[in-house]
Amino acid sequence: MNQDVAIVGVGWEGFSPTSVDYSYKELIYLAANKAYHDANIDPRRDVESFISVAEDFFEGTSIFDEYTPDQLGAVLKPMHTITGEALHGLISAYLMIRSGLFNIVAVEAHSKASNIKSITEVTRYALDPIYQRPLNFHPEFVAGLEMQRFLYESKCSVADCSSIVQKNLHNALSNPSAAYAFELSEKELSEADFLAYPLLESHIAKPADGAIVIVLASAEVAKQITKQPIWIKGVGWCNDSYPLEYRAWDELRYVQKAAKMAYSQSHIANPIENIDFAEIDDIYAYREALTLVALGLADEATIRGLIREGCFYPEGKFPVNVSGGSLGVGNLFDANGAQKTVEAVLQLRGIAGARQLNNPRTALVQSWRGIPTTSTAVMVLSNEEK
Amino acid sequence: MGLRKVAVVGAGMTQFVRRAQETPRELVFKAVRAALDSCELSIKDIDAVCLGTAPDTFDGVHMNGEYLSDGAGAFGKPYIRSYVGGGTGVFVPIQGWYHVASGLFDLVLVVAEEKMSSYYPHAQGAFLTIFDHTTERPLKPNLLWIFALEMNRYMSTYGITKEEIAQVSVLHKRNAADHPAALLGDKNITVKDVLDSEVLAWPVQRLDVSPVSDGAVAIILASEHVARRITDKPIWIEGVGWSLDTAYWTNRDLAYPRYVEVAARMAYEMAGIKEPRKEIHIAEPYDPFDYKALHHIEGLQLADRGKAIELYLSGSARRDGNLPICPSGGLLGVGNPIAAAGLMKIAELFWQLRGEADKRQVAGSPQKGIAQAWGDLMQVGTVVIMGK
Amino acid sequence: MVTGNRYRALNSLPESAFHDGKLLYTFDQLNTHYAWDCGVAIGEYLAKLREGIIIGATCSHCHRTMVPPRLFCEYCFRPIKNFIPLQDTGTILTFSLCYVTWDVQRIEIPEIPAVIAIDGASENHGILHKIGEVDPHAVHIGMRVKAVWKTPEERSGDITDILYFRPE
Repeated sequence: MNQDVAIVGVGWEGFSPTSVDYSYKELIYLAANKAYHDANIDPRRDVESFISVAEDFFEGTSIFDEYTPDQLGAVLKPMHTITGEALHGLISAYLMIRSGLFNIVAVEAHSKASNIKSITEVTRYALDPIYQRPLNFHPEFVAGLEMQRFLYESKCSVADCSSIVQKNLHNALSNPSAAYAFELSEKELSEADFLAYPLLESHIAKPADGAIVIVLASAEVAKQITKQPIWIKGVGWCNDSYPLEYRAWDELRYVQKAAKMAYSQSHIANPIENIDFAEIDDIYAYREALTLVALGLADEATIRGLIREGCFYPEGKFPVNVSGGSLGVGNLFDANGAQKTVEAVLQLRGIAGARQLNNPRTALVQSWRGIPTTSTAVMVLSNEEK
Repeated sequence: MGLRKVAVVGAGMTQFVRRAQETPRELVFKAVRAALDSCELSIKDIDAVCLGTAPDTFDGVHMNGEYLSDGAGAFGKPYIRSYVGGGTGVFVPIQGWYHVASGLFDLVLVVAEEKMSSYYPHAQGAFLTIFDHTTERPLKPNLLWIFALEMNRYMSTYGITKEEIAQVSVLHKRNAADHPAALLGDKNITVKDVLDSEVLAWPVQRLDVSPVSDGAVAIILASEHVARRITDKPIWIEGVGWSLDTAYWTNRDLAYPRYVEVAARMAYEMAGIKEPRKEIHIAEPYDPFDYKALHHIEGLQLADRGKAIELYLSGSARRDGNLPICPSGGLLGVGNPIAAAGLMKIAELFWQLRGEADKRQVAGSPQKGIAQAWGDLMQVGTVVIMGK
Repeated sequence: MVTGNRYRALNSLPESAFHDGKLLYTFDQLNTHYAWDCGVAIGEYLAKLREGIIIGATCSHCHRTMVPPRLFCEYCFRPIKNFIPLQDTGTILTFSLCYVTWDVQRIEIPEIPAVIAIDGASENHGILHKIGEVDPHAVHIGMRVKAVWKTPEERSGDITDILYFRPE
């Protein structure tokens, strides 16, 4: 029984700091239309199941899943919400297709961050109500703690992290969908204020709005409906400890485990050789570096040198966040993984325009759910079936 | 098609109480511990964890699934939370089912939890935010409204009386007197008690409703070869179905839950069931309000439209009847910690089909059971069929 | 197999535990606001409510007229171009007499929520609103009602520009 699963259609609307013209329903409808057109299918006739990715407090509505089916064409069909990252949603669709229950599943993720007037307060609300909130810190102190430890272990500097911001904002200039495309010098970035030392405000991805719909299909159906299925070769996801007090601050164990799971499924023995490029978490600039170490694409001793050599630039040995990452595209919160997946699909199809990489075959996509979580998911994608 | 076989091999739950001292994470831990102990497994044996819990607003924690993760045993494991409002309790086992049926995992832990008592002054107020933020919330709607509107429509369409509907509450609460974890079991409750209770939102009266509660339930799913190693009485998940209707609930006739029918048909087809009324031996429809049990029985195709009440009037719905309904005591009797309540029905069918339901045991060696939950704005039906 | 272990006991707290000071607790509140983008369809709906008009939308594929209006038909998954004015009268599809507010305060005179099928929209297509100026016990399914609007100066482009519906 061939259990392979491929991405057969993508569509998106965005990304920009605000999206006043359209409600979230309308934004998702527009993205869905494009995805279904890309896959050459009719949702009412062809799509068998649907998944939405959303959290109540991001939406300002409880039981938000109520408001998800209409704009996807999912009325009276099997639809559920995953309260997780977009990659968790995509992975859930992958599991459903592998189970044999469905052949075509559509997944939706979106951000209307501009509608949340105090997003910091919502992040604060994710902290433990008894042990952490009474301390009254700005919630992004957690990133400050983690970055501090990262700099200590890797001997990277604040300027090295600024260079990651510089790279991603520069990359965004070639991405027509990016919200924050700028040439900024390291000096300009380093002159920003510290939010939570050593984390500079300029190291934090700014929020953006947008909607993304991705269609997955079983191998048999994928080959019928598209000439360019993008194959999901491996998936992995993992949680670590929720309490701040119990977690490891010097490494991202959950990213290591998730990657291991995905590499094992996709038969990747040597990530830096077997993978051509990666779209990974950079909500805080230092996390791109820390994540690369956890993914086995660098180690603690070499990461600083690799950053300084420009290894991760589009023309470097291992392009990371060619799309601009969340720093350049905008932070779409739980929809980030969907944006990264779309980028991987466009690159692997050879239609990424000005930022197209040279003949990539295998991509790694990874995302993190943000502070204060230790929740991550990883996918390995390829344009080659075998 | 050849779907992989998936079985329930263990189950456990906490008591359902009005307010527990335990934190949400402790509630989850207790249920998971009970489930693991029931089949003598350790958390190390578990390959992946699926969790369901309803609105974060009750607990007052954003990304509540993350907060609950270590209590759920998800440390170092693949972990995902699913959410379909009140339907979550019967959806999360479906989520666990597709984890195992995918072939990626052999042992999956499924947990559902609710701690509604944290919300101040009363959990009901939290439901204001389920309504459309622009077209409905300015009217300051109340959760009771939608149930009362639906109950009224149902009663009027089919000419069913309050006296008749009260029988449902009576049967379920009496059944719950035999459930060790129940909050509202009452061996002596009568129709008069229900009809004399305070009118909240006519036609809904206080004893027509299940109350806010805290609690958690956990089950363990296994692939076929692993299930047989763990127990000689695996209970198979034979059918799964779910369906979500349009958010525009004011554009639909509320007299009939068509989304429950669509979900049920999907499950019956997968289970190969052609005559549900003959082949289903126990039904656990979702009963947050007494009339809802009737509504859902009809959606499940176990009675004709408007006729579910006859199962109660004839005694067929009793534990010793032809088609026992909610032998557990349901939400009306055991309690309604939203997501946990649905999973409680799955646990009940697990125990019933193994002959381990103690004083609640349905006689005659039942072979197949159906559990169903409902949620959102009269929108989602989630259905699981289990068999020996 | 020990069956008793299946149902784990909890430390159940009575309400009195809070009043006699034996129980410690913390209190927290989410302090954020949301400014939701209404979008094209609801934006138009609200703008027209300010003018004293209820509008709906017609799908050119299935010919359903829906209220509130929307940019696409959820059954056909086709875009909708026509927003049309509907009447401000309708028929009660269902109602309730509610003696409890949303935050659980008891009230003497019941609120009367209802789903009202709006004239001009397709069958069974209604909106949620309230009934007023009526004896609660006279309200019935099938009753004909008409919107009572705020004065033009008071209206702000909100569903509450309609105060309530009263018997026609």
